[in-house]
Amino acid sequence: MNFLKIDGVRFRQGEWQLEVDLEAKRGGCIALIGPSGAGKSTLLSLIAGFEQPNQGTIFVGEERIDTQAPARRPVTMMFQENNLFNHLTLYQNIALGCHPGLKLTEEDRELIETAMAATRLGALQSRKPADVSGGERQRAALARCLCQRRPLLLLDEPFTGLDPQLRVEMHELVDELRKTHALTVIIVSHLPHEVARIADSLAFMLGGKILKAGPADAMLSHPENPELAQYLRFTSAG
Amino acid sequence: MTIVRLLAAMSTGLLIAFGLPANAEKPSLTVYTYASFVSDWGPGPLIEPAFEAHCRCDLKFVGVEDGAALLGRLKLEGTRSSADVILGLDTSLVAEARQTGLLEAHGLDLDAIDFALTWSDPDFIPYDFGYFGFVYDSEQLATVPKSLRTLVNDPQGPRIIIQDPRTSTPGLGLLLWVRKIFGEEDTAAWRALSPKIVTVTKGWSEAYGLFLEGEAPMVLSYTTSPAYHRHVENTDRYQVAMFEEGHYQQVEVAARLAHSAQPELAGEFLRFLLSDEVQTILPTSNWMLPTVRTQQALPPAFHEDEIPNTALAFEPTEVSAKRKHWIKRWLTALAQ
Amino acid sequence: MNLTLSTRWRPGLWPGAIALFLLTAVIAGSLTALGALSDTAFIIATLRDPYFFQVVRFTLWQATLSTLISIILAVPVARAYARRPAFAGRKILITLMGLPVVMPVIVAVFGIVAVYGRSGLLNFLLQPTGISMSFELYGLTGILLAHTFFNLPLAVRLLLPAWDQITNENWRTASTLGMSSTQLFRFIEWPALSTFLPGVIVVVFLLCFTSFAVVLTLGGGPAATTIEVAIYQALRFEFDPAEAAVLALAQLLLCAGTALLLIRWMRVLSQTSGRKSDSRARPDTGARAGKLFDFGVIGLCGLFVFTPVAALVISGLQGPVAAVLLDTDLWQAAARSLGIALMATSLAGIMALGIASTARFLVLERRQKNAKEGLLLAGSLTLAFPPMVIGTGFFLISLHLKAVDTITLLMIAVVNALMVLPYILRSIAPVLIDSGQQYQKLCAQLGLSGWHRFRQVDWPMIRKPAAFSLALGGALSFGDMGVAALFDTTGHITLPVMLYQRMSAYRFDEAAVTALALVLMCVALFWILDRSLSR
Repeated sequence: MNFLKIDGVRFRQGEWQLEVDLEAKRGGCIALIGPSGAGKSTLLSLIAGFEQPNQGTIFVGEERIDTQAPARRPVTMMFQENNLFNHLTLYQNIALGCHPGLKLTEEDRELIETAMAATRLGALQSRKPADVSGGERQRAALARCLCQRRPLLLLDEPFTGLDPQLRVEMHELVDELRKTHALTVIIVSHLPHEVARIADSLAFMLGGKILKAGPADAMLSHPENPELAQYLRFTSAG
Repeated sequence: MTIVRLLAAMSTGLLIAFGLPANAEKPSLTVYTYASFVSDWGPGPLIEPAFEAHCRCDLKFVGVEDGAALLGRLKLEGTRSSADVILGLDTSLVAEARQTGLLEAHGLDLDAIDFALTWSDPDFIPYDFGYFGFVYDSEQLATVPKSLRTLVNDPQGPRIIIQDPRTSTPGLGLLLWVRKIFGEEDTAAWRALSPKIVTVTKGWSEAYGLFLEGEAPMVLSYTTSPAYHRHVENTDRYQVAMFEEGHYQQVEVAARLAHSAQPELAGEFLRFLLSDEVQTILPTSNWMLPTVRTQQALPPAFHEDEIPNTALAFEPTEVSAKRKHWIKRWLTALAQ
Repeated sequence: MNLTLSTRWRPGLWPGAIALFLLTAVIAGSLTALGALSDTAFIIATLRDPYFFQVVRFTLWQATLSTLISIILAVPVARAYARRPAFAGRKILITLMGLPVVMPVIVAVFGIVAVYGRSGLLNFLLQPTGISMSFELYGLTGILLAHTFFNLPLAVRLLLPAWDQITNENWRTASTLGMSSTQLFRFIEWPALSTFLPGVIVVVFLLCFTSFAVVLTLGGGPAATTIEVAIYQALRFEFDPAEAAVLALAQLLLCAGTALLLIRWMRVLSQTSGRKSDSRARPDTGARAGKLFDFGVIGLCGLFVFTPVAALVISGLQGPVAAVLLDTDLWQAAARSLGIALMATSLAGIMALGIASTARFLVLERRQKNAKEGLLLAGSLTLAFPPMVIGTGFFLISLHLKAVDTITLLMIAVVNALMVLPYILRSIAPVLIDSGQQYQKLCAQLGLSGWHRFRQVDWPMIRKPAAFSLALGGALSFGDMGVAALFDTTGHITLPVMLYQRMSAYRFDEAAVTALALVLMCVALFWILDRSLSR
C-alpha cells in the first residue's frame, strides 16, 4: 500500500503544464531531480497546498488532501530560504510548529526539547536567526518540521546554499530523522549524486512530467533515458 | 495587540472628548457681545454684578471677536444658539439681523425714555453711540491729516491699522464712511489707502492693542478714544484726527432672541441697559456716548471738539441691501 | 472551523473595502454637501468675480515663491550635510530638522513672530546697532518666512538620500578625472538630485498651496488671502456656505491636479535604494573654502530653524506660566485635542491596516498588481482633498442635521484621520507587503493566519514604522488647527484654536505660555505613542 498517491494531477500556468502521477511508500525517500523549470518545486507546492491542481487527486494514506488548506494537510515543508521568522528566536520559531499563537502545553515543551536535541540545537534556543549559521538555521527549520508531527516531509532544495561538507551532514540528519520519526520524505535537489545517498528512489522531471523514476542506484548507474543521461552528465561533477 | 491598543486609544479619545463637563445648564441669561465689552477694563465686569444684584440671576457674557462677527455667529447658530441677548451690533447691521427672523421685539415703551437721539426700532434698543475716527500717537505723528481725502490720497500719509468689515463694526463703519465720501470712487480710494495699511485685524481690540504697542502711528477707532487715555492714564499723547467731511456715526444696539428660554429676563436686561446706572457706566468703560440723557454730565475727559458736527450715516436698509456688494469691492480693491 | 480553502488562509478583500467605503463616503458626502449649495449660475458668477481670481492668483503665487525659496536654499544645505558625513552633532542636527514637521503650525507661527516681529528677538538684538528691521512681517513676507521655516528642513531631509545613490566608484572615477567641486555637482550630484527634485517640489508646493494657519495668522488682510483662508472667511465671517462651496470645489480641482503629479513622483521618492555611499570617497572634502562654506550653510540653516524654537521656549517661560497652567480652560482644551488626536490616529491606523492588508491580498493572492496600486492610491486620496474642503462639507452637513455641537469633535477627528491616513499607509503598506512576500508560504504551512499571523509575523515587522507614523499622526492631529477653527464657535475649542484666539487677540504673554504648553504636549504625545506602540 502506497502512503502518498498522486493521481493524474494536472496544473496549468499559462502555456506551461504539469502532468504527474507519483507514488511513495511509507518511510521512503524520493528525490525529485531535473533541470530548472522542470516542475519539481511546483509539484511540492501542489502537495503542500500552495497551488491548486486543475485536475487529479492527491491522497495521503486514506485521506484526500488536495482540497485541504496547507496547514491542515499531513505535510510539512522546508524551503530554500525564509524558513524562519527573523524577529523571533530559534525556540519561538520551532514552537510555532506546535501552536500558531505560541500557547504551549507541557507536552509541547517536551516535544520542542526533543526536537532541538535531535537537531543538536540545545544551546541556541534564545538566539535569533541572524545570529546563527546557515546550517543551524536549516536545522532549526527541521526541528520545527518535527514539532509539527506531520508524516510527510517536503524539502525544496533547503541545503543548496550550504557548503558541501555541511550539506552531507544535513542529508545525514534528514536520513536519521526519517528513520527515528518514521517520516516519508520528498526532496528536491539538483545534485543527484549527493541526494542519492539518502534517497531510495529518484524521479527525473522535465517539462512538467516525470520522465523516468526508479531505484536511485539503477537510475544513476544505468540512465537508459537519453535526457536523464544528458542531465546526469552535466551534474555529475556536483 | 495593536488593534486592541488602537481601539482602546480610540475609546479613550471618545471618553476624554465627550466626558468633559458640558457647560452647566443652570438658569442664566447668556449675552453674546464683542470682545472688548467683556475685557477687564470694559463695561462687562461692571454691568454683570449690577444686573445680577438686580435680577438675582446668573448673567453670562460671551465675548465673540467683534460686532460684525456676532451677526455671522448668530446666522450660523440659528435657533440652536445658547444666546438670549445679542449686544453689540450697530445700525449698519440691524436690517440684516432682522431678516434672520431670530429676533424678538423688545416690547419696551420707547416714548418713556428720554433718548439723546431719535429712535423707534421695534426690535433693537440703542445703548450707546459714537463716531468712528482715526486715533494717532502724537509722539509718533507730526503731520495729522485734516480730512479723510487727505488721509487716503497723501502717499506720504501715516501708516494705519484698520479692521475687517466682515468681522468688525468699526471696519464696516470705515467702509461705509469711505463709500459716503467717495461714492463710486471707493475702489480707487481703497487702492490709494492700501499701501499705508499695516494690517487688517479681525476686531477693534486687536487693532487698538497693536497700535498701543507701536506697530503703527494711527488706528481706526472712535473719536471718544482719547477720552480714555485722558481719564485713566492722564495723558494727552493719544489724539483723534477730526476730519472736515464729518465722521461716520455708530449707534450700538442690543436685542433679545426669539428662541430664548428667558424672554422676561432678556427684556429686563434690555431695559437695564437704558437705565441711568448703566448709561453712566458706559462712557467711562465702553468709552462711548450715552444714548439716554442722564442726570450726570459727561466726565471732563470727553472734549466737546471731539464730537463731530457732521454725523454721516446710511439708511440701515441701504446698508443691508448693498453691504455684500460693497465688501466685495473692498476685498477686490485691497487684494490687488 | 469548516471553512473552504478559498477563505481559510486569506485576509481577503473586506478590510480594505470597508476602509475604502468609509473614505469615499466621507469624501462623497462632503462633496455632495458642497455641490448641493453651488448652482451653476452661482459658480459662473463666482468664477467671474475678480476677487476670486485674485485669491487663486495669490494662492499660486505664494506657493510658487515659497517652494522656490525652500528648494533653492535646501539644495546647498543638503549638499553640505552630504559632503560632511561625520561631524559631531550631525545626527542630532538632522533629527532636530524634523521638528518643524511635527511642530503645530500655529506654535511655529508664534515662534516666528517672537523672532521677526516688531518687538521680536531680532529687533531687540539689533537695537544697540541702531538698525531696525524695516520689513512688515504681516503679509507675503511673513507667509514666505513661515513656509520656508517649515519646508526648508523638510526639503533637506527629503533630498539628502539622493546622495546615497552615488556610488563610491563614481566618486573614485571623478577623483581620477580631477573634477572640481562645481564639476562634481554638475556631472555627478545634479543627475542624482534631479530624480528627487520633482517629487520634493510637488510635496512642498502642495503643503504651501493648502497652508491655512500660516496665512490666517500672518496674512494681514485681503491682499494676502489664500483659497483655504477664503473658505474659512466665507463660512465664519460672512456665513456664506454657497461661496465657501465654490471656493472649496476650486481648491479641490487645483489640488487634485497637483496631487496627481505628486502621486506620480511619490513612487520615485519611495524607490530609494538602500545602498549607502561613502561621501568620504569624494575628492572635494579637503578644501578649506568648501569646509567653511558647508559649515556656514549648516550653521545658518540651523540658526534659522532653531531661533524661533528657542524664542518660543524663552518667551513661554517668561510669561504668566502659573496663571495659564492653572486655568481649567487650558486643560479642557488640551483634553479635547488629546481626544481628537487619539480618535484620529486610531481610526487612521485601523484604516491603514485594513487597506494595506487588502492590498497585500490583491498582490500576493490574486496577483493583481494594478489593483493593489489602485487601492494604495485611493488610500492617499485625501492628499488631493484638502482637510478644509472635507471640513467645509462636514460643516454644511452638520448645519443641515442641526447637530454642530454634538458631533463636532467626532468630525474633526475623522477629518484629521483622513489627513494623516496617507502618511501612515505609505509607511506600513510596503513593509506589510514585503513581509507577505517573504513569509507567505511559511505562514500557510504553519497555519498562521488572521490574528495569529498579525501578532506573530506582521506586527513585529511593521511595528517600528507603524509606531512612528502613528505617533507622528497623533502629534500632527493634536496640533492641527485647520478644521477645528471652523468649528470654534461651538465652545468646543481645541488647544491650537485657543492659542490662535490668544494670538489674534494679541495677548502675547498668555499665548507664549500656551504655545509652549502645546508644543511640549505634542512632543510628549509623540514620544508616548511611539514608545508604547513600538513595544
